[in-house]
Amino acid sequence: MKVIDVNAIINAVEKLCIEANYDLGEDVMLSFKKGLTTEKSPLGQEVFERLIENATIAHAERVPMCQDTGMTVIFVELGQDLHIEGGALTDALNEGVRRGYEKGYLRKSVVNDPFERVNTKDNTPAIIHYDLVPGDEFHIIVAPKGAGSENMGALKMLKPSDGLEGVMQFVVDTVDQAGGNPCPPIIVGVGVGGNMEKATYLAKKSLTRDVGVHNKEERLAKIEEELLERINKLGIGPQGFGGVNTALAVNLEVYPTHIAMLPVAVNINCHAARHKALTLKGRDA
Amino acid sequence: MVEVIRLETPLTREKVAQLKTGDNVLISGVIYTGRDAAHKKMVEALARGEALPFDVKDQVIFFVGPAPAKLGQVIGSAGPTTSYRMDAYSPTLIEQGLTGMIGKGLRSKDVIEAMKKYGAVYFGAIGGSGALLAKRIVSAEVIAYPELGPEAVRRLEVKDFPVMVLIDHEGNNLYELGKAEYRRI
Repeated sequence: MKVIDVNAIINAVEKLCIEANYDLGEDVMLSFKKGLTTEKSPLGQEVFERLIENATIAHAERVPMCQDTGMTVIFVELGQDLHIEGGALTDALNEGVRRGYEKGYLRKSVVNDPFERVNTKDNTPAIIHYDLVPGDEFHIIVAPKGAGSENMGALKMLKPSDGLEGVMQFVVDTVDQAGGNPCPPIIVGVGVGGNMEKATYLAKKSLTRDVGVHNKEERLAKIEEELLERINKLGIGPQGFGGVNTALAVNLEVYPTHIAMLPVAVNINCHAARHKALTLKGRDA
Repeated sequence: MVEVIRLETPLTREKVAQLKTGDNVLISGVIYTGRDAAHKKMVEALARGEALPFDVKDQVIFFVGPAPAKLGQVIGSAGPTTSYRMDAYSPTLIEQGLTGMIGKGLRSKDVIEAMKKYGAVYFGAIGGSGALLAKRIVSAEVIAYPELGPEAVRRLEVKDFPVMVLIDHEGNNLYELGKAEYRRI
């Protein structure tokens, strides 16, 4: 067995919150550069130029690329042979968010209650997903996400008879209805199967994949490609100004489901697709 | 590169009438910020017969909740928020004389009808380009609802602030025109 102190976790979360908001991933930057060459609409090309300039400024001047620094989503993979010392893990993750948002001059956008709506002033609580895995390491992904794109997500409990075509049509319709709202060019996360909450979890989790990395299963990778092609025929384009680059990628994840179910969830990510990961190792107990 | 039009605020009806959907515009002068909570408060104030925190006549409201400013910065990252959440309130402000809005995303029929009736324009700034846009803001001062934090109403002075005309005073809508031009389904 190994042990890890909560302070190491707090420091890691603090750092990841800041880096995620300041440093756009190289994968997204490359897709902007590619988009600039493939986009047919002059306004759309200009959007790509400005997005590249914006990400360059954010990185160089250490400021957030977007003012909506999001609600902080954290995916934890906790090795079952690792013991956490010095406090509660959930408290440590939230403390890391608190420090990161304060030190990084990130906007605090979380309200205490959906009805009372009083700002908590430190961007906590985060939304945390735990997964217990074999081993003795602590793997963490911090993925802040803004509301503009999160608000455009959708879930539908389809019938098994709706099949693959029903799923694809729902995904394309969801993107079509969202139009320019979620800040295209977008990344489309799709979760199919499981049950209601599993499908939405998969859709969100799929967004932590880099742009250009397809599902490892070839049949699913092909569906991703077909969906991307159909979405980019919608004409929405960068920022919804019209064009051939509505989405940069479609990421699909699936899970076994019930004989009577075909749940499908769509989680749209804006072009400011932020996720940073880190693995911490424990010391010998 | 699309041709650029330079525009000084205040945005009079005469200036509104010259702007067409798809125009690339650089705004200079004073504009105001306001988003969800501030819009709600302003419209509630009007309903009670109270004055607005600033006279909206011939003014432009930028839908934004900026990030905190670092030392030496005028304002933190400041890009537009999605506009449809202000749809319930915008027609009332347009009726009061508001002539410009800066945001991103689709607007409701009611907003567009009010824009046509009273003469107003909807500009789009590029969503998610807040680091770039903040550099075009010369000064920022909270003038109302400081308790709302990032949602407080600010008076901004901007220099060559880059926007595009998304919907003009005749109701021509770039979201519809642009999509139709490139739609292949």
